[in-house]
Amino acid sequence: MATFMRTCREVAALLVAREDRALGLADRLALRMHMAICDTCPRFERQMLNLRNSLQQWRNYTESDDLA
Amino acid sequence: MSFAQQIADLRGYLLKFAHLQLRNEAWAEDAVSETILAALVKPQSFGNRSQLKTWLVGILKHKVIDALRHHSREVSSTDHAENDDTDPLDYFAFQADGHFTETPADWGDPQQQLRSRQFFEILEACVDKLPPVQGRLFLMREWLELSSEEICKDLQLTPTNLYVQLHRARLRLRECLELNWFKKASM
Repeated sequence: MATFMRTCREVAALLVAREDRALGLADRLALRMHMAICDTCPRFERQMLNLRNSLQQWRNYTESDDLA
Repeated sequence: MSFAQQIADLRGYLLKFAHLQLRNEAWAEDAVSETILAALVKPQSFGNRSQLKTWLVGILKHKVIDALRHHSREVSSTDHAENDDTDPLDYFAFQADGHFTETPADWGDPQQQLRSRQFFEILEACVDKLPPVQGRLFLMREWLELSSEEICKDLQLTPTNLYVQLHRARLRLRECLELNWFKKASM
């Protein structure tokens, strides 16, 4: 059990890392457990998802463009 | 307007992205020239300017990848100033027990937002502010859409080295957007 406990700092690092690499099973499980009990990290996760979404929109824009 | 003229008009547009990705004036100029040459060799007609852009950017991406491979050593060699040991995660000032000192700001719902040109200009400025190696590696992921494995292979980088640079790039970009867009938007 103790091996699945992560601090917010460690979880934030995982939330960044998963943009570029597949997380291992232990990390995925630890992430899920932490997110279920933490108030703060889901806020950071939403920022990272927002960033992912923004970059995707930017990519589409660089290829065709012409928005307001 | 002739096909050649239409393409010539988009040179500045292509150069902006070549420069953002390559972070080297001469490489960017060459990649754009090669793109234009390749386009002129096989003229096509497009229904609108947007389709022409899509086609040209597609060619440019290939030329840019060639340039990155060709200059692989320089592309990923960090100079002294870029090699600092601080982890940008510490912008958050974590407590000793690893908790956030301050709750990360609410940036709104990513699904609901339709990004504006103004936002993309700030995003590009923030990417441009990244140190050159971080900026190149980050855009190889996010603009060229290469996998981490492909980047390591193309540049002969170790995964650890790549992930450290991408970690820093993503957190710096997050910080820059928060300061220059999200905080301003909520004021």
